Amino acid sequence: MVPFTILTAPACPLGLENVDTDQLIPARFMQTPRAQGYGGFLLHDLRRTESGSMRVEFVLNDPRYAAAAVMIARNNFGCGSSREAAVYVLADAGFRCVLAPGFGDIFTSNAIQNGLLPARVAACDIESLLHDPSVLAGAPITIDLMEQSVSSGDKTFAFDLRADFRQRLLNGWDTVDMTRSYAKDIEAFLVRDLAARPWRDPVR
Amino acid sequence: MGANPQTIIDKLWDAHVIATRDDGDCLLWVDRHFVHEGSHHGFGQVRERSAMIARPDLTFGTADHYVATRRGAIQDQDCVRMVRQLTQNCAEHGIVCFGDGDPSQGIAHVVAPELGLTLPGLLIVCGDSHTSTHGALGAYAFGIGASEVAHVLMTQCVWQSRPRRMRVRIDGTTGPGVGAKDIAMALIAKYGTGYAQGCAIEYTGAVVRALSVEGRLTLCNLSIESGSRLGLVAPDDKTIAYLRRAPYAPQGEAFARAAQDWLALASDDDAHFDHEISLDAAEIAPIVTWGVSPEQAAPIDSHVPDPARLSDPAKAEAWRDALEYMGLQAGQKISDIRIDRAFIGSCTNSRIEDLRAAAAILKDRKSRVPGLVSPGSRLVQQQAEGEGLDRIFIAAGFEWGGPGCSMCVGMNGDVVPAGERCASTTNRNFKGRQGKGSRTHLMSPSMVAAAAVAGRLCDVRELMRESV
Ligand code: SF4
Repeated sequence: MVPFTILTAPACPLGLENVDTDQLIPARFMQTPRAQGYGGFLLHDLRRTESGSMRVEFVLNDPRYAAAAVMIARNNFGCGSSREAAVYVLADAGFRCVLAPGFGDIFTSNAIQNGLLPARVAACDIESLLHDPSVLAGAPITIDLMEQSVSSGDKTFAFDLRADFRQRLLNGWDTVDMTRSYAKDIEAFLVRDLAARPWRDPVR
Repeated sequence: MGANPQTIIDKLWDAHVIATRDDGDCLLWVDRHFVHEGSHHGFGQVRERSAMIARPDLTFGTADHYVATRRGAIQDQDCVRMVRQLTQNCAEHGIVCFGDGDPSQGIAHVVAPELGLTLPGLLIVCGDSHTSTHGALGAYAFGIGASEVAHVLMTQCVWQSRPRRMRVRIDGTTGPGVGAKDIAMALIAKYGTGYAQGCAIEYTGAVVRALSVEGRLTLCNLSIESGSRLGLVAPDDKTIAYLRRAPYAPQGEAFARAAQDWLALASDDDAHFDHEISLDAAEIAPIVTWGVSPEQAAPIDSHVPDPARLSDPAKAEAWRDALEYMGLQAGQKISDIRIDRAFIGSCTNSRIEDLRAAAAILKDRKSRVPGLVSPGSRLVQQQAEGEGLDRIFIAAGFEWGGPGCSMCVGMNGDVVPAGERCASTTNRNFKGRQGKGSRTHLMSPSMVAAAAVAGRLCDVRELMRESV
């Protein structure tokens, strides 16, 4: 995984609340193998009309945000189903960070697994970003993971992220390799746990 | 009590910690891992690394999301392929799979509890957010994403950080026509879809104790809709009775020992919770959603709320948008909303009790709209047929389907056509959830039955009075 340190890019002021993962990618696209790329499915039904043409008035289709790598949303972003495809659509469409006051729990861990930063920004600061003329004009903002800050022009806001998630993004760690380094602890656990919970394994 | 009183959440957590990293992240042992058709991304990642499955004996497959649930429906080839792919992935890795046609097949969250694969004190994961359901038996159960599925397949472990602990207390007595679904929806309507973000919930109080295991499964199922990854209920005598003789549960002496351990999992009397909220059951009326988020819900005997009354402009905008999508007017009587179809099923409400509740309303009545019943598992289906419930549904004009996720998510082709309005026992009323352009009203099984009979959203208590 590519480590995440500093990102400077335009931000898409999506501004919606409760963007559930069914909106991020409708279920009907989820059979697609990942190799084909998921970017085109991002917010598909909001982005397109019935006939499949782009809705010009939808913010994601605004040419000012064509190079956006940051999404700004209101509360409870990524709530709903656990589909990791909701992160694939963002990552494959070039997004590396979402700013919102709160996120669905599973969405957050899925984002981390894929190097996408789910940064929790206070609701009032989100409002300020969503009304910032330079953000709206498509000027780049900077996300600094070391400093845990978002800056636009001369304004800087703090963001929240769990310490372990921050470490993982900064280092670009592979979790499977990390877990394998705990093989001895796992073995020891299994021995002491069997004494404590002799009923833990399924009966056949 | 000991010097260090603990909540059930702490007890379950501590029992699974293998190692703790400096940043607080813990490596946890996974006792059961359920896979379904959607787990193909996870299997794909395992294949990319040419890795082995760590513990196929603790992994179980079940076909649910893409399985055909309507007799004679022409199956989309992509769906057939998804179901076959699951069976193949499981066979290749030596994983027991309740595939299409298996006598135990059904929705993972219905099948695992009834088979005793779900037990108190276990840590359970599945690549599906409604894994919170299994908490009803006192398990620590949560949904994970595809990369985590791959990680669990390869290591049988999962990295997590300790959640904050929340106690949700529901006291009092519920009125007629009010069940587990109404309680869960009333909580979300009152506190919002994000109220338990970052928390694990323990549901307690007289009402929770009084719920059957089936009711608790419904309650815990909807935990994810409150922003929490998991919600659970401490095991009690009902839990023990439910699991006795379940095929995968311990048997005989071993069961007795296990039952003793399970009962000891309950939170200690003076254990500390980070947050506490409560709800008085007497306040709860049968409830339905009117919008596109589970929190956009109101009692059946009320009116569609007016966004103009809200002081928060963002929320008002969200409400207006919801009303437009749903084709509703502010101030309209909820019981005047006409419906086009009805669905009874999903991991929220497809267990035997749910089917009985709906059948009790439909008996000797006719549905005014097309309806589909999809029992949660083959076992539920069999039991319902044994009790003659299928005949009641069919006589009322419902279609009696097979088990699977069906119209909950529409992945198998059972969709609500665009613009149509469905009274549904499912868990998500998101835009397009039941099919592109579909309009979903969430409610309990008996309320769906009542709506079907009336052809509009309807207070089940009126029909209950008529039946007496
Ligand atoms: S029934 Fe619905 S909510 Fe439950 S697992 Fe299936 S798709 Fe998900």
